[in-house]
Amino acid sequence: MRTATVLLLLLTGTVGTAQNPLANDPKAAKAGEYEFRINCALCHGLGARGGGRGPDLTRAQKRFARTDAEMFQVISNGIPGTAMPANGTNGQGVGMTDEEIWQIITYIRSVEVKAPARPLGNAAHGKELFYGDANCSLCHMVAGKGGRFGPDLSSVGGSRTREAIIDSVRHPSHRLAWGLTEATKEFPQEYETIMVVTANGKEIKGVALDEDNFTVQMMDQNDQIHLLEKDQLRSFKKSRESMMPKYTSDLLSDKDLEDIVSFLVSVGAK
Amino acid sequence: MVRFHLRLCNGGSARQYEQVWKSGPLRAASSGPKREPAVRPCVPRWLKPERETSQRSAKAPLFHGAARLLAAVLIAFTSFVNPSAAQVTPDRLIHSAKEPHNWLTYSGDYSGRRYSLLDQINTVNARTLTAKWVYQTAATGKLETTPLVVDGIMYATAQDDRAFALDARTGRPIWMYQRELPSDIRPCCGRVNRGLAMLGDKVFVGTLDAHVIALDAKTGNVIWDVIAADYQKGYSFTVALLAVKNLIVIGVSGGEYGIRGFIDAYDASTGKRKWRFYTVPGPGEPGHDSWEGDSWKVGGAPAWNTGTYDPATDQIFWPTGNPSPSNRGEGRAGDNLYSNSLLALNADTGKLNWYFQFTRHDEHDWDATQVPILIDSGGKSLIAQANRNGFFYVLDRTTGKLLFANPYGKITWSDSKDADGRPVAKKDASPTLEGHTVCPGALGTTNFMAPTYDPQTNLFYVTARDQCDIFSTAPQPYEAGHAYYGSAYFPSEDAEPYRGFLKAIDPVTGEIKWKFEHTSPTWSGVLSTAGGLVFTGDAEGNFIAMDAASGRVLWHFQMGGAVYAAPMAFAVDGREYVAIAAGSAIYAFGLP
Repeated sequence: MRTATVLLLLLTGTVGTAQNPLANDPKAAKAGEYEFRINCALCHGLGARGGGRGPDLTRAQKRFARTDAEMFQVISNGIPGTAMPANGTNGQGVGMTDEEIWQIITYIRSVEVKAPARPLGNAAHGKELFYGDANCSLCHMVAGKGGRFGPDLSSVGGSRTREAIIDSVRHPSHRLAWGLTEATKEFPQEYETIMVVTANGKEIKGVALDEDNFTVQMMDQNDQIHLLEKDQLRSFKKSRESMMPKYTSDLLSDKDLEDIVSFLVSVGAK
Repeated sequence: MVRFHLRLCNGGSARQYEQVWKSGPLRAASSGPKREPAVRPCVPRWLKPERETSQRSAKAPLFHGAARLLAAVLIAFTSFVNPSAAQVTPDRLIHSAKEPHNWLTYSGDYSGRRYSLLDQINTVNARTLTAKWVYQTAATGKLETTPLVVDGIMYATAQDDRAFALDARTGRPIWMYQRELPSDIRPCCGRVNRGLAMLGDKVFVGTLDAHVIALDAKTGNVIWDVIAADYQKGYSFTVALLAVKNLIVIGVSGGEYGIRGFIDAYDASTGKRKWRFYTVPGPGEPGHDSWEGDSWKVGGAPAWNTGTYDPATDQIFWPTGNPSPSNRGEGRAGDNLYSNSLLALNADTGKLNWYFQFTRHDEHDWDATQVPILIDSGGKSLIAQANRNGFFYVLDRTTGKLLFANPYGKITWSDSKDADGRPVAKKDASPTLEGHTVCPGALGTTNFMAPTYDPQTNLFYVTARDQCDIFSTAPQPYEAGHAYYGSAYFPSEDAEPYRGFLKAIDPVTGEIKWKFEHTSPTWSGVLSTAGGLVFTGDAEGNFIAMDAASGRVLWHFQMGGAVYAAPMAFAVDGREYVAIAAGSAIYAFGLP
């Protein structure tokens, strides 16, 4: 999947150079705002600031589409290998007209943070912390290196706002799973905390990899996978209290956290 | 328009198929008496009319005993019915209880209760259920179909207007039809289809490009094809049709496109339209003044789920959906009749006898299109609906008068009732530009998933969810054929995780007798059977049998695909099966 997205990046870099006929038209931006709410906001959030699974589009530096023409392509054709559907293929009928797509692009440009996304921190130091003293890599992987217990953070810098990443570090349980609704349930892993006692009295605590009405697939803190049938357990409890430690500013200073975010953005926004 | 259909069975014709069928293995019921194989009528002559009249849910014990006997004899008997002789007559549809091995309509019978009289699979042996066959449709998206089974042949539909006939014992295909659809159809919510109707020797399908077609039940050949409406303006069909007398009744989809909704009835033989009831009244018609200005012209009120029929009063009960635009009331001041209503229509003429509007001037997309179930209780002729707005309504179906409305899930939109007992919306329940959280969310407490009513337990079972959404308006001009929502909804940021349930409701009191909580909300419908079971599916792909009295899980099977369909039951060769669509396949289960 990652190969596919990299390929797509290369491809989208070469798409046409069509101009937005509605560029900077405030009326088009307003119409685009409503179109955005109806067609895009479920994933990209109200105000385009990122949502359950769609990246923050107010970020000037976009991963898949930099020019208006590239944006038009992405909205029209979707991004294979990601949750971004092609216009008109999400089961919601015929999709938007070209004009409506240009309106949306005009709207996105109007809410974009104008300055280029300049990392606020020191990415190199952030990387050191990530793999070192901050212990992030004990549970999280970036680009194939790190732990398995928590979510892979390779692309999080491109798909979440800086504020959302900071919030997740400071308050891991605040939005434990980004997928509260089917529409955003992209991964079965919701990282809910599972605590079970097996029939022979063994206690296991870990994160859910998957769960249905009768079984649970979970990983414990030693990266051990447990495949369990609920009716064979002595007890089964789950909690939305994350197993990730809460990184208060005593544990991790604002500056160090900013450096880590910069590292994630430098990797994820590539 | 080019259409094609595929003939399977080694390219064989209907004639070959019949030969195969006739020479195929005829297994007698293991417990039933052996009979000589002979062609016989579907209903034995000894079946006394008294038995028919006794088949009322109000007399559950007698009903049950008689039904058990009937079922046992009929199951044994059907081994030898010649399928090629099958003609589904209007009389068979009315007396569907006489042939419990068949599933003749979307909901199993005219009352809509999705209850099977078969009891070979029951609370004692359900734990031994096993998969009998799987039919892969190759369709992608949501498979919402309820199959029909008529004398050993299963008929079902799939996405993109596929229809097919299968050997109900093996799942092997007999024929398949797939419509070549235009590229610019306008389904709101997936290229789905919920099923077909059968009458005579034809099956009937409503298509995504707003045609009604009749297919030859033996070959899948198109017998007639009529245009009901202009798909480019947002009209489409996803509903399972209902055969009543010689009519094929169908309701339109398109509430997200500013259509003017309708319910149509077509002559089954010719395809000629016999009547149309516009669910948004035109100028001069009663109810027209419930719309502001010209808003009625694009008022929506689709009718995309299958209604029910009461032969005793010759009334069709058909539910309707949201007014357009779905989440923005500005510009359409008034009650917006007959959106979100239950309509009682004269079957012959389509004339309105009475209506009941569940949600007036709806701004939350709470279509009232849930199957309304006819229940006879305490000498009363009732009709019950678990509504998308979170209330369970019971009405007198003779008059349309509301008896009570009780919440059966998490609701915040109403905290009072009017003089008639109808829940009234709170002033601040309307969507706002900034967004405003309301429960239930836009998907509703329930949705299209079919409920069931079990006359043995006297319980109404419905799939429910607790979910709240932020409703935000997004003013949008009407443009023919374009999505016309006027709104958007989002998961609330601090929302509780959504919760999904199967709830068993006492239709006399509205009380919830038991509930089963799923890991996550499901879109599965529910079946109840005389074996004391309810069957349902879950979002993670499980098919589940529960004790209808208690909700205790007796058996489950992982099908590997989410369920968006409702189960049904049938019997062939003396063996009962329970079938359901999941993922992109149809599964049939039975005893070992």
